[in-house]
Amino acid sequence: MVPVLSGRIQTRLVLLLVVGSVVTAVVTPLVGADYRTTFAVLAAVAVLGVGWELLYHLLMQFRWEKDWPSLFGLLTAVPEGLLLWLLLDAGLLPTVDTVPLAAYVVHFAAVWLAVWLVANGPMRVPFLRWRFRGGRLT
Amino acid sequence: MPERELRDRGDLTQALLDNATWPDSLVAEAGIPVYDVPLVTVGGGIGSFVLVDYLRIAGVPTADIRVLSTIDNPWQTYEYLTRVSQIPGPERIRSDSSSRPDNIWGFPSYALSEAWRERTLRPLVHVLGEPIFADYWTPRVADVFKSMARESGRIGYPTMLVKGVVRMVRRRAGGGYFTVLTPPVGTGPTKRVAYRSRFVHLAVGYPGLRFLPDLQEFREKYGDFTRVVNAYESHEHVYEALRTRPGTVMVRGGGIVASRVLQRLMDDRERFGLQTKIVHIFRTFVTGAHGPHLWSRRKGGDGWAYQGFNYPKSVWGGQLKAKMRRLDGAERATEYKRMGGTNTPKRRRWQQQMRAGREGGWYEASQGLVERVEPAADGTLVSLVTGDAGTRKIGADYIIDCTGLEADIAEHRVLADLLAHGGAGRNPLGRLEVERHFEVKGTASGDGALYATGAATLGGYFPGVDTFLGLQIGAQEITDDLARRGFGRRIGSVRSTTQWVRWAFGRPVREG
Repeated sequence: MVPVLSGRIQTRLVLLLVVGSVVTAVVTPLVGADYRTTFAVLAAVAVLGVGWELLYHLLMQFRWEKDWPSLFGLLTAVPEGLLLWLLLDAGLLPTVDTVPLAAYVVHFAAVWLAVWLVANGPMRVPFLRWRFRGGRLT
Repeated sequence: MPERELRDRGDLTQALLDNATWPDSLVAEAGIPVYDVPLVTVGGGIGSFVLVDYLRIAGVPTADIRVLSTIDNPWQTYEYLTRVSQIPGPERIRSDSSSRPDNIWGFPSYALSEAWRERTLRPLVHVLGEPIFADYWTPRVADVFKSMARESGRIGYPTMLVKGVVRMVRRRAGGGYFTVLTPPVGTGPTKRVAYRSRFVHLAVGYPGLRFLPDLQEFREKYGDFTRVVNAYESHEHVYEALRTRPGTVMVRGGGIVASRVLQRLMDDRERFGLQTKIVHIFRTFVTGAHGPHLWSRRKGGDGWAYQGFNYPKSVWGGQLKAKMRRLDGAERATEYKRMGGTNTPKRRRWQQQMRAGREGGWYEASQGLVERVEPAADGTLVSLVTGDAGTRKIGADYIIDCTGLEADIAEHRVLADLLAHGGAGRNPLGRLEVERHFEVKGTASGDGALYATGAATLGGYFPGVDTFLGLQIGAQEITDDLARRGFGRRIGSVRSTTQWVRWAFGRPVREG
């Protein structure tokens, strides 16, 4: 899928809501965290993500193809994960007190990987028109 | 009944030829047998195939579709063109991993299928690294045909195929169309038959090849069709001759076919230890990244403009697709020009070969316009080339035209008739003007509709029509439009998913 700006945002939000929630529900007890914390982290990935998508869209303009290779979609986990951890560590995320680093890394990575995998293939099965509309679902 | 009488029965009459709209009675008077079917698709190539695939998955039974075609299977023409333009079965084509005509979802991608089939992660790692750490991963042409054969069987394609040459499509009084077909000689009692349908789809492919004017002139003047060849026609004899005696080949053009032909020449040189020299002439010689501003710059060098696929990737679903959909007239033509131009992928293997050729002094590329070609006294061909380096005479034993110029759409009989009698018009690039849903503008007939996809429609609201993915985008738009008109179902999420499961298990698409 080669995204347009609204498609990026819609795809991120829907995938985090559906796939991210399922992964969070499964991973939370495994990493010994509480649901309030992990779902708050998930919500933060979504909210901050809108800002990130604006930045990615800007960077994409420097590419002749106006595309966003799959690898970029995977590697952007690093800056996004780091920023969110810094915010968490500084206590700037509402409703969240503290999260152990290991639990955070496992949760964040699991969500990211699942969302990335679904976006790179299976998403096209129920949403036949999605890939031709730059990731827009509406 | 005498044979001649039989042959003349059921032919086009002057009244039919003269009338743009045909009442049923006019066709009956001519003695042309009429077959009723809700939808016919004309062409029978990959364009017809992907539309039929979509429609079958949308629940249209085989009895409601007829494919009118001169070829036996949808990939026949494509297979011929790829073979002569130097892409044999094991070679890979220039198509994205998820552009697969046998699968409307593009999932699993060709790379995933290949990984599964060959039990290796290599294609997936390759796709992950593209286009930064590796060239774009593309499928083997033989695998493309194999998967289409499987899908063809699954949707019952052969049962919908009717062999013959389509002569014309005319509007029917009261709505819909008549499509006149000339069946193979001896297969029916009349010269023509007509298909009466509410919907018609045209996917007739490239109208034909056009030669560079100077090469055309040479071929006509000297009757020499063996030394001046087009890359899209069979020219194996050139490679064979070069194996028997050293020679110089002039390659003209800067697209992917030029790359393929160079690869063949250079592969042969390496494999058989040949002494072939190559002179490469670019009309536009690209020396580096080019484009009007920082946000619109394409890579290039050594003569070539580099691009992974035929178009920038975002024409198939991203920004460019969204942008072009809003443009008309001159604005659209300008945008086509901005993103267009001949180009080829920057593949590592090709770069190595050309570098070796430049260093070894047997491959030389330059800018030039060829004014004329003449035979020299020593039997070689001399091209008079003007360009940045002044006017030069360049000798060669063979000239391979890789420019891939296409003929005007009016060269195709069906399209010419549609322009003259069917109400169709031309788009800013001179091809068939279609709506955003691929209905040919000006051709509506009552509650019927006439659609077109493929190369004949290049220049419309959607670029990239003459590609696998472009044909699928066209087919999707048409299927959705037909569903709005009550023909077939709109494929929603549930149907899409259940039908995908059937595809995955190779289960046939049900009738209705």
